[in-house]
Amino acid sequence: MQRIGVFVCWCGSNIAATVDVETVAQTLAKEPGVVFSTDYQYMCSQAGQELIQEAIREHRLTGVVICSCSPRMHEATFRKTVEKAGLNPYLLEIANIREQCSWIHKDKLTATQKAVILGRAAIAKVQLNAPLTAGKSPVTKRALVIGGGIAGIQTALDIAEAGFPVDIVEKKPTIGGKMTQIDKTFPTLDCAACILTPKMVDASQNENIDIISYAQVEKVQGFVGNFSVTIRKKARYVDEHKCTGCGLCTEKCPQKKVPNEFNLGLDNRRAIYIPFAQAVPKVATIDPNYCAMLKSGKCGVCAKVCTAGAIDYKQQDQLITREYGAIVVATGFEPIQLDKFDEFAYSQSPDVVTSLEFERLMNAAGPTGGTLLRPSDGKHPHTLVFVQCVGSRCDGAEKGKSYCSKICCMYTAKHAMLTREKYPDTEVYVFYIDVRTPGKNFDEFYRRAVEEYGVHYIKGMVGKVTPQDGKLKVQASDLLGGRQLRIDADMVILAAAIEPDKTARPLATMLTASMDTNDFFTEAHPKLRPVESPTAGIFLSGACQGPKDIPETVAQASAAAAKVIGLLVKDSLTCNPCTAKPDELMCNGCSSCEKVCPYGAITYVDKSFRGPNRTTLIRRVAQVNPAVCQGCGACTVACPSGAMDLLGFSNQQILAEVDAICR
Amino acid sequence: MTDWTNRVQEISGVNPRKCMKCGKCTATCPAYDQMEYHPHQFVDMVCTGRVEELMASKGIYTCLGCFACVERCPRSVEPANLIEAVRLAVIRQQGGNHMKPDQIPGLLNEELPQQAITSALRKYSKGG
Repeated sequence: MQRIGVFVCWCGSNIAATVDVETVAQTLAKEPGVVFSTDYQYMCSQAGQELIQEAIREHRLTGVVICSCSPRMHEATFRKTVEKAGLNPYLLEIANIREQCSWIHKDKLTATQKAVILGRAAIAKVQLNAPLTAGKSPVTKRALVIGGGIAGIQTALDIAEAGFPVDIVEKKPTIGGKMTQIDKTFPTLDCAACILTPKMVDASQNENIDIISYAQVEKVQGFVGNFSVTIRKKARYVDEHKCTGCGLCTEKCPQKKVPNEFNLGLDNRRAIYIPFAQAVPKVATIDPNYCAMLKSGKCGVCAKVCTAGAIDYKQQDQLITREYGAIVVATGFEPIQLDKFDEFAYSQSPDVVTSLEFERLMNAAGPTGGTLLRPSDGKHPHTLVFVQCVGSRCDGAEKGKSYCSKICCMYTAKHAMLTREKYPDTEVYVFYIDVRTPGKNFDEFYRRAVEEYGVHYIKGMVGKVTPQDGKLKVQASDLLGGRQLRIDADMVILAAAIEPDKTARPLATMLTASMDTNDFFTEAHPKLRPVESPTAGIFLSGACQGPKDIPETVAQASAAAAKVIGLLVKDSLTCNPCTAKPDELMCNGCSSCEKVCPYGAITYVDKSFRGPNRTTLIRRVAQVNPAVCQGCGACTVACPSGAMDLLGFSNQQILAEVDAICR
Repeated sequence: MTDWTNRVQEISGVNPRKCMKCGKCTATCPAYDQMEYHPHQFVDMVCTGRVEELMASKGIYTCLGCFACVERCPRSVEPANLIEAVRLAVIRQQGGNHMKPDQIPGLLNEELPQQAITSALRKYSKGG
């Protein structure tokens, strides 16, 4: 006979204000099997936990039901509590009467009734709970960082410093990411390359770091501590080990008209190229879309001039499979496409540029050598108009992005300030909706742009940009001045919203990591677990999780590294014992479960069974690898013969809950 | 909130509280110079319950209805639809009839079908 204890938590007023906890405890006391029932202010507190443990001992409880917050919050806490009192931790059930009851109901009577029903369901289930023992699985002491921008580099450096080997997979020919394209960094105005390139060199020289550039993750298998990842290293048609990065090939290649993505198409590169002087690895790459040799077999100039003999036109993509204990996502961001914003004439005039393009136009290593010149005629611009919030803070996906891109206020202030500093003959206008500059020394920075550099900050928005007679006619509102402005500008700079990199979505699918509607990776808890994905063993670093500036990105990158190190120092992990288990006698060998399993935990084997009249039957049956199974339950639903069951969540237990609710 | 404020929101289907006060409607408006109240102002006036003031203004008839503000509003507030609703509210207000029965004899004309006058009365008088 079961002896069940029920513990109803008030959660201060969180539950008790909407649910009559005393009535719940008294009503549930009458349920079959319940020998003890009480309520308490904070069940998760030290005193609350001791109350539970005492009751277990005193009433020799065989099962515990706690009516409290979501199991996501405190299931682990209470499992430890009951375990310390000598009860198997899986003989505990939680009825969620906070998130699924008190928080969503207003009427106390209804909420109380519902709390009783939820408690009843948990009691019905715990009657059928069996003690489970968690196994152990080993941890591969190597980490994978996906994305080699400042986020990925910082995470990798920190993990490597702690003594663990780490691989960086970068899809471009060089690591460095967006920060390599930035000219100066706010609020200190130090040069981005000067602070980034030493880190890139550190990463390449660190013995624990392996940079796999020009590569993409193709397949991810396994689970926390035991991932197996297949990486496609794209053919760069240059032997990385032989190439010295001398750059002679990039000067001699006759194909000169390839848009240079590093300068956002503002100038051209050759078909064989090194993205920029400080690239890591500093190795040439052949662009197969433009190389005459690869396309038609006629050329071969680069191979002729290469003294190291590094050119290899026959190079193939390479598949690398490695084992990892932890994976860090650091896929970063991209500015949005501006084709929806015709009113700003971005596609009509080369003098309307995005802020990132403006960075290149101001950069000493950029297409103009750092002299600000109009892209259309190469002349010095006198009037510049900056437009903020282009595509940010919009209503719904049709208009743009619903979120604030966070970094634009500060980089626009930086652009405006630098322009005025370098070219005092310019008039600089910034149109803003709100100026958002929270952060250390951030608002002071913006005020400096206004007060010391004379940037005209205008509360309002640009409505229309019309290219006319070599000028950009800007029509805008000045809301505080109560007028409509018309400015003849030489350049218009658009602070385009940022969005997650396009590779993030397919990667999330491979990792079974969750994303929000904007394709930003979701953190396990928005406040308390900000650098972990809800999927165990997957960590988040930088702008893939939400818009972030460089200081925040680096802070999060180090935080993610700390979490990875915390995982990799462990020799083994406790497995979740709630795994799937097939009933071999009922299994008909149909493979339905194998097909739906997202973790590859199910295989089929031929097994002999005793048939009638001393015969032996060979039957094909499912087998689950409990170390790989994550207990998602997809197979139990897919199985047509009901042979698959989830330990701790058996079909019988779920139905008992349903019966209790419907009673 | 006055009745008219609710009525204008109901007629237009516009929620003026979605406005983030960026001023792009006013920036984009080609009739700005002719207007007494500018697009962002009339969104604000509906929001703060000042619809009667709008209804009394001749300025609402200077809106061209070009829908540039509707097209470019990042928050889908649709200022032009709001102003059209204010115009409709003016037409529909009780007592503010544009035509009264005692005007009819003066309008009678052999070439004008009586049906037209009846229709006009129905359309332009909305009760006492």
